[in-house]
Amino acid sequence: MTAAESVFPQLEALLPHVQKPIQYVGGELNSTVKPWESCDVRWALMYPDAYEVGLPNQGVMILYEVLNEREGVLAERTYSVWPDMEELMREHHVPQFTVDSHRPVGAFDVFGLSFSTELGYTNMLTALDLAGIPLESKNRGIDDPIVLAGGHAAFNPEPIAEFIDCAVIGDGEQAVLDMTEIIRAWKAEGRPGGREEVLFRLAKTGNVYVPGFYDVEYLPDGRIGRVVPNKSGVPWRVSKHTVMDLDEWPYPKQPLVPLAETVHERMSVEIFRGCTRGCRFCQAGMITRPVRERSITGIGEMVEKGLKATGFEEVGLLSLSSADHTEIGEIAKGLADRYTEDKIGLSLPSTRVDAFNVDLANELTRNGRRSGLTFAPEGGSERMRKVINKMVSEEDLIRTVATAYGNGWRQVKLYFMCGLPTETDEDVLQIGDMAVNVIAKGREVSGQNDIRCTVSIGGFVPKPHTPFQWAPQLSAEQTDARLEKLRDKIRGDKKYGRSIGFRYHDGKPGIVEGLLSRGDRRVGAVIRAVYEDGGRFDGWREHFSYDRWMACAEKTLPSYGVDVDWYTTRERTYEEVLPWDHLDSGLDKDWLWEDWQDALDETEVEDCRWTPCFDCGVCPQMDTHIQIGPTGKKLLPLTVVK
Amino acid sequence: MQRIRLRYTKRGRLRFTSHRDFQRAFERALRRAEVPMAYSAGFTPHPKVSYANAAPTGTGSEAEYLEIALTEHRDPATLLTLLDESLPTGLDITDAVEARTSGLADRLTASIWEMRLEGVAVGDAEKAVEAFLAAETVEVQRRTKNGMRTFDTRGAVAGLEALPPQADRPVDKPCAILRLVVRHLTPAVRPDDVLSGLRALADLAPPVPAAVTRLAQGLFDEESGTVTDPLAPDREAAPAAPPKAAGTASATAPEGPAA
Repeated sequence: MTAAESVFPQLEALLPHVQKPIQYVGGELNSTVKPWESCDVRWALMYPDAYEVGLPNQGVMILYEVLNEREGVLAERTYSVWPDMEELMREHHVPQFTVDSHRPVGAFDVFGLSFSTELGYTNMLTALDLAGIPLESKNRGIDDPIVLAGGHAAFNPEPIAEFIDCAVIGDGEQAVLDMTEIIRAWKAEGRPGGREEVLFRLAKTGNVYVPGFYDVEYLPDGRIGRVVPNKSGVPWRVSKHTVMDLDEWPYPKQPLVPLAETVHERMSVEIFRGCTRGCRFCQAGMITRPVRERSITGIGEMVEKGLKATGFEEVGLLSLSSADHTEIGEIAKGLADRYTEDKIGLSLPSTRVDAFNVDLANELTRNGRRSGLTFAPEGGSERMRKVINKMVSEEDLIRTVATAYGNGWRQVKLYFMCGLPTETDEDVLQIGDMAVNVIAKGREVSGQNDIRCTVSIGGFVPKPHTPFQWAPQLSAEQTDARLEKLRDKIRGDKKYGRSIGFRYHDGKPGIVEGLLSRGDRRVGAVIRAVYEDGGRFDGWREHFSYDRWMACAEKTLPSYGVDVDWYTTRERTYEEVLPWDHLDSGLDKDWLWEDWQDALDETEVEDCRWTPCFDCGVCPQMDTHIQIGPTGKKLLPLTVVK
Repeated sequence: MQRIRLRYTKRGRLRFTSHRDFQRAFERALRRAEVPMAYSAGFTPHPKVSYANAAPTGTGSEAEYLEIALTEHRDPATLLTLLDESLPTGLDITDAVEARTSGLADRLTASIWEMRLEGVAVGDAEKAVEAFLAAETVEVQRRTKNGMRTFDTRGAVAGLEALPPQADRPVDKPCAILRLVVRHLTPAVRPDDVLSGLRALADLAPPVPAAVTRLAQGLFDEESGTVTDPLAPDREAAPAAPPKAAGTASATAPEGPAA
């Protein structure tokens, strides 16, 4: 085992030579350093991106606190180091370290990585290598940490199957504690049977996926024949975890407050988990079902304690569609009333067009600035929105923006996707018409000409465990061509063009994301080749190299008889075994297929919170149920408690 | 409005806090400590805090100063404790006085720095210091926003000496301490610049980066060659007896409108 001593003395000598050294020193407010010897199960948690992105991550923050609250368990954090630091660490033999007490990651029992996106895979390899942990699971010894993947990307961990020892899908709060107990018992017994035994004990629960215990058989045409356990006692399928009562898990209680500047600096409270709006492109909405609301009083308590613990000046009410909380009006009003004096701003990151109302918007901006409003119609044409089941009509949108412009807003931002299944040039060009209609309405109701509308477009990437998991992805060239036509159309509009901002990304990063999202174990060779060629920080435009990814794919994939197109632009059939079929998100594969057919027929599906169940399969399969209000309770002013 | 002047530190690993980072951390600490801050007017009101002369990122400090404006009266000692508890360890508040004089910034005319040079023999450091002090000017270059800039470091240096480290150190590893008194001039001469000068003049090249700490900041006293406590005039200007502040008065007065 790597010695557990702090590497800070060696690190300190490097800090004057790197950019933003503060990101490597730890010492954040509300961070925890527990005595090493007082704990028998030790976790190193990583968000595999730069500190400024990783530190505010809610998932890592929650698990860090949940684990550290436990007697005899400690958790420390580590993030990806920038290339300037990586170079110095290699030169001076400083291993990947935790920022809390600067211990080598290799000294911990578990090295848990949270993947919000697949673009963190190369950063995981960098961290493993810097930590001195063998890159491949099969080469690790008894003293190496158990390398664990979690987060949304872990719902298809096959591309990183050879690099991780195990994966957990779904909610992590209870899962990490259950894993801790298994590891603790195994260690207390003197680690019988070595690594294989502890991984087997984890796998047997049916809740931890150990890729090494499954063999993948391929058909002659390159498709997967089947995935079979290679060890008796290992279940055929692994289930996701679901935490039912959010009020029992009021985390983070003491959010970390960094000294360095990070991407989000606010007191974030997850007001509900899950979403059943049923947007067919949305992996998050599909894999986090059912909807489970935090109560209005639970939210109020978390905000109050969190603000006291952090001193943040903004509260973020997080969820996949925050205006859908059954008591969102009361919550926003209650919080705005409470914090009028303290100049605390409120933000609602995800607001649906049809759930927006001006009273809510006014509450949100009461104590803070009135910036822009953001909505996501996602599809430009009515037809497209039926395909993706984003049940928002153009009339809804125009009515909403009219209200907003009429109440003093001057700026509206609209998000769309390009490359959705069945999409044509005409569907995308209608985004331009929609923007024009928004500006026209804005000028009409406000009587002013300085109205702006920004159109922001991302490329659609089909994701596992969604109805679009079978869909062909649009090639980078076609995506770019379509967006160019739209750009020319907007720029060519003499009357409105100058009021419309147009922001889009080229199609190339989407292809790499597509390869990693729906990839199987053979894609691991590509990831490794890219890492070895110097690929890092793939989520960063300045570091991402499409050409490197394609060159590495051409070197590695042909020996398997497949290529990048096979993974991305190829449509799958009903019979095909998908790489993630043995990971159970609760969604019935037949229901997903029906929903995919409904998409092609432009048939919409309602939200099961307000209409009868449509049998997506999650609740019976996972033994869960929808949990929503209203509770009828109110947020009281806090004059006494202060 | 009450103004309070604070002295704070940047210690240990938190010396890598940049000034911008410190500002954010301090403003959050003000909120956590529920300090009744005065806010600037305007579209985005900011709490009124004036920072003076912050030490560069990566250098430690025992003597940083700032001033805050409050809408309600607070006892400086209580405020010190509250704020210190609200800041991470290493960013510590070490002094607080109510402002009774003008121009704190005008009283910060020089700094005393300590530079710990691991791996450098005291004798070598002494020779370099001697050469430095003997020179009329010591020109160095530093990269600034406007490109490389050449300037003199000797003129701002009011004192420089090489000392052996504290007795508790192992004797087998050489180490020298430089004690530097530098006047705040324009362009500002930083400890780094003096080290560059020592390297250029006498080839003094520490094998590891020097650990630099600001020990004191204040009005330069020509006679003693050192600096005076910049908060002393505020303390001296305080009335002899503890002031009958609003808090004490209202505690004894019955409720209702004041007489």
